[in-house]
Amino acid sequence: MKKREINKDYYGGALMILIGLGATFEGASYHLGTLIRTGPGFFPTAIGILLVVTGAIIAIEGINRANVITAEARAQAEWRGWLCILGGIVAFIVLGKYTGLLPATFAVVFISALGDNQNTVKAAALLASAMCVIAIVVFWWMLQLQFPLLTWGQS
Amino acid sequence: MIEKAALDLLYGFQIAFEPHNFMWSVFGVVAGNLVGVLPGLGALAAISILLPITYTMSPVAAILMLAGIFYGSMYGGAIGAILLNLPVHSPHAVTCLDGYPLTLKGRGGAALGIAMMASFVAASVGILVMVFFSPVLAEIAFKFGPTEVFSIMLLGLLAGSTMSKGSAVKGVAMTLIGLLLGIVGTDVSTGDLRFTFGLIPLDDGVDLVAMVMGLFGVAEFLRSVNHMTAIGGGLKMRFRDLIPTKEELKRSFWPMLRGTSVGTFFGVLPGTGPTVASFVAYAVERKVTKKPETFGHGAIEGVAAPEAASHSKTQVDFIPTMTLGIPGDAVMELMLGALLIQGIQPGPQLITAHPDIFWGLIASFWVGNLLLVVLNVPLIGLWVKLLRVPYKYLYPSALFFIAVGCYSTQNSLFQVGEVLVFGIVGAVFAYLEFSAAPILLGYVLGPMVEENFRRALLISHGNLSVFIDRPISASFLAASILLILAQVIAFAVRKRRSGQAATTGQESPCT
Repeated sequence: MKKREINKDYYGGALMILIGLGATFEGASYHLGTLIRTGPGFFPTAIGILLVVTGAIIAIEGINRANVITAEARAQAEWRGWLCILGGIVAFIVLGKYTGLLPATFAVVFISALGDNQNTVKAAALLASAMCVIAIVVFWWMLQLQFPLLTWGQS
Repeated sequence: MIEKAALDLLYGFQIAFEPHNFMWSVFGVVAGNLVGVLPGLGALAAISILLPITYTMSPVAAILMLAGIFYGSMYGGAIGAILLNLPVHSPHAVTCLDGYPLTLKGRGGAALGIAMMASFVAASVGILVMVFFSPVLAEIAFKFGPTEVFSIMLLGLLAGSTMSKGSAVKGVAMTLIGLLLGIVGTDVSTGDLRFTFGLIPLDDGVDLVAMVMGLFGVAEFLRSVNHMTAIGGGLKMRFRDLIPTKEELKRSFWPMLRGTSVGTFFGVLPGTGPTVASFVAYAVERKVTKKPETFGHGAIEGVAAPEAASHSKTQVDFIPTMTLGIPGDAVMELMLGALLIQGIQPGPQLITAHPDIFWGLIASFWVGNLLLVVLNVPLIGLWVKLLRVPYKYLYPSALFFIAVGCYSTQNSLFQVGEVLVFGIVGAVFAYLEFSAAPILLGYVLGPMVEENFRRALLISHGNLSVFIDRPISASFLAASILLILAQVIAFAVRKRRSGQAATTGQESPCT
């Protein structure tokens, strides 16, 4: 793997400046008010400006820092793991909305478990089934969660 | 007066030990503890889930049970925070900073033990303060107008944001992000919608639980997937590893007491909540310690102090909640709601009108905290075993609990979507070496800071000098400025040193 030299402080500072600018403009579009009666836009605008300043300081602070961050083990790209975890949550939302708690539970555990290189399909399915049992016993039966176990269409 | 307080307390114990009340108290503690341990389900979820049971109960039993759930889940939450890096209740976000590294080192059991001791000691002190000093405290509380509250919040925000891991400026940036997130929703003073981007569920603001679960839980999974086999790192854990060593006990003694005093101090201020107390306690510890470099890498002091602070704050917080009707955080709001459902009006007359509830509740705090210790000492071993579960099974299961837990707070899948977004945001921030904990501080304090700022200016007719004219407020502001100056000086010194190091480093190969 190629070792890239990136200065995280530049990116971090830039990100803060961007968010700060966004907040400032959005905040300024609300009513600013006067000091006696500060409007809803006053506080967001002030924070946005502060965030821009802070972002700039972070970037400046990063200039002299010999910030050669060699790719540490944890920062390596794990696309399979990332996509499976995020995909699992998306599946929970979609299936939860249209089919109920049980399919959603199975999906979130099954899909996210597949993100680990060492998990087999069988192990993931077993784990997902076990979680379904917990979903029924703990959440549906004991805690009486307001979430239909199985439905069809938008609830 | 002290005699009267002691007698009242005795009366309270009689109430708390009545079999019927005691039973519900035990039930609450156990249920709260079990629900609180599940990742994603904190005190808020536990109380809201079990609130309907109280409708048919007698008021005393109901409030005792709710208090039990509250303690149980708070303690359960500490378990999740220390062992899994999942702080459901925002004060625990600080406990994570050192609790989780301790777990990674195999000292998770000891951290749990210390957290338990700290909570118990702090809660006991808090109760004593509450019983014997509540009139004095109420008097101090009246001296705090919006001006003073704004200034102390500002100090809390600064202290909290500069204490986190890594660079202080980054901590400030994260606090500002938190403040922005706190703005999302309906403006309290005017009813205008801010930063909702047309999404109706955002009218009520960003969901705290979803935010925490995303920033800490999902973000951590994203970073650790395929890099970790088991959280305990495959360390062999023997029973004696679960007990804090003598040295650890000695090291946590003073932090515990300091944390307790910080918590008690903040307890006096109505409406501040335990989060700021625990952040400030952590900041104080980092300033006091001789080894600040150990913080963030598993310093036991960093677990003891914030846990003590949040528990003593919570205890003392019951005074404004019950007698002034000002809740410190969302959990206290729910408790107030439960009282109102029972037809009991919180307010100054509560102690005289319903002495059984007030003193029974105070006594039950003790009973509840004691029960927790009894319950959890044998259970620590079990919780720690959780860590031996291979990570490849642990994170999918935890993800499910997070999803269901977030759904349960509002019965809405939108919250689960928020988890997703915050998970990605948290992972990006972590990659850029920003610590997420200050976001929570900003989020929790933001609305209060803004409201008090606006109120103070309204009272002073837009005159900004009001913040300097009032002595209490001025001293807090002065402390804030000192804090900033200290950071700037430290930064300048570092810069000079690293500059010198760099130049000598360049010169040395030539010579």
